[in-house]
Amino acid sequence: MIKLIKGLIITLSTALRSPVTGEYPMPEKRIPVKNKFMGFPALTYDFEIDEPFCTGCMVCIRNCPTSCMSANMKDNEKFTENKSSRKKIIDTFEINLGRCILCGICVDVCNFDAIEMSHEHERSKFERNANRVNLPELIKMGVKYQQKINWSPKQEKNRGTPKKPKTSNENNGNLT
Amino acid sequence: MITMNGKKMQFSNISTDINLDNLENQDSLDVIVNMGPQHPSTHGVFRLVLWIDGEIITKAEPHIGYLHRGSEKLCESELYSQVISLFDRIDYLANLNMELGFCAAVEKLMEIDIPDRAWYIRTILCELNRIASHLLFYGVFGLDAGAMTPVLYGFRDREKIQSVFESVTGARMMHNFIRIGGLKEDVGNDFKKDVTKLLSTLKTSIDECDELLSGNEVFLARTKGIGTIERQTALDYGLSGPTLRGSGIPEDIRISDPYGIYDRFDFKIPVGTVGDSWDRYYVRVEEMRQSISIIEQALAQMDEGPILGNVRRLIKPPKGEVYTRTETPRGDFGVFLVSDGSDKPYRVKVRAPSFSNLLALTKMLENSYVADSVVILGSLDIVMGEVDR
Repeated sequence: MIKLIKGLIITLSTALRSPVTGEYPMPEKRIPVKNKFMGFPALTYDFEIDEPFCTGCMVCIRNCPTSCMSANMKDNEKFTENKSSRKKIIDTFEINLGRCILCGICVDVCNFDAIEMSHEHERSKFERNANRVNLPELIKMGVKYQQKINWSPKQEKNRGTPKKPKTSNENNGNLT
Repeated sequence: MITMNGKKMQFSNISTDINLDNLENQDSLDVIVNMGPQHPSTHGVFRLVLWIDGEIITKAEPHIGYLHRGSEKLCESELYSQVISLFDRIDYLANLNMELGFCAAVEKLMEIDIPDRAWYIRTILCELNRIASHLLFYGVFGLDAGAMTPVLYGFRDREKIQSVFESVTGARMMHNFIRIGGLKEDVGNDFKKDVTKLLSTLKTSIDECDELLSGNEVFLARTKGIGTIERQTALDYGLSGPTLRGSGIPEDIRISDPYGIYDRFDFKIPVGTVGDSWDRYYVRVEEMRQSISIIEQALAQMDEGPILGNVRRLIKPPKGEVYTRTETPRGDFGVFLVSDGSDKPYRVKVRAPSFSNLLALTKMLENSYVADSVVILGSLDIVMGEVDR
């Protein structure tokens, strides 16, 4: 009986404490996600050159456990104008977010820092196919993420600023 | 389905054939009751068929397979790095322990040296996950026994652990953080501070949880002497983990067959005496305290250093087979891995502790009351994702 009353005292004391829960849909009351949170993958954007980081090399697609992505590459016009160091650039990119399991393998294998796990995690939509996101939408998600955490590429070489003409011919390491 | 004198009356989709003439001459009247697969307290989709004589269960038969996803077969078509994400989903309450189980197997086959720091972080995270899993058990076991409050307390503390996971691994549940050869990335600078803070809150919360439920007379009456399984029977059934230790056998792979760096820590194995539901419950509560002590020691011993051993990005283990055992919150988790030298495993067999523990349910349920069946099932702490795989 004593232990029972002790338990009641614990519940009573908890009732007087501040709540530990947040209220989910309310933007001001919900608990924010951590900086490292892995939401759905999104493509990052190189503002210096005004093009995405992604060159469409398909490494992430080959390594995806659920094969939820597809991509196509094209020749980069900005490379011929010597505005960018990327010879090829992403043309179309589609991720089926309904299939994605948020494992982060695509981010691991990417050599260009072109794909990141954004903080996007609410993908309830009214349309049937709305979870198949295309390139503009992915970049929109990525830009939102970049601005939120003040993102910069992990490797300097991945910046698209064109190298001097001499080195740009020798060093096309981005495309290996 | 009612059976009497060899004649059967079956409800629902089965045919009806009953002889009501000599009801009075019955010695026993076994009623067959289906529990599940959508019973709220069966911890997943699990069907239990009970033969009931009045209030007493004479025979019980577990039916499994409702959550079968073919994980083992799926592993054969995935790269080694992708298999880790499948193992996350085998036991979805102890994801990091599962990842470690698979990675340890591949590492043993490839004979990779893992840096110390990686092992310390792995140990800390796995022990935190053990506490998280036991806290969930604490909550739902209270719920099974009829107490509504503990589940809120258990989840409150589990959420704190998951918040730390989120800041370290990026996910609250499906981490995909442990890699073959080490870890995905190093922890942040405030990891030590975060975990120390978490441990101090956990200590008081676990004491609070313990005091709230453990001494409660109603709870004691529901669990003491219920679902008893003796030492020898427990061994015969191949039980492992807290379920075995509840029966008084101090068997813990972290001590008896230490993997990783567990031989560097000083901790005890809590054991029960009788082997009833209460023992199995209290072993877990004590284990949480031991886990806290392991994490404290690991935090003190942890040094700076690399977090990934010398491994290539495309993992190709040599031809051969290997079996490793790790101690997960539910017991002895074994991974049998056969490699044919390619970048995909030839065969992955998982020895899931929940599966073996579940089979002992038939023995435990014999001659117990129907009302206790939920408590006994809850005390095993099964995860159906692990049973069916």
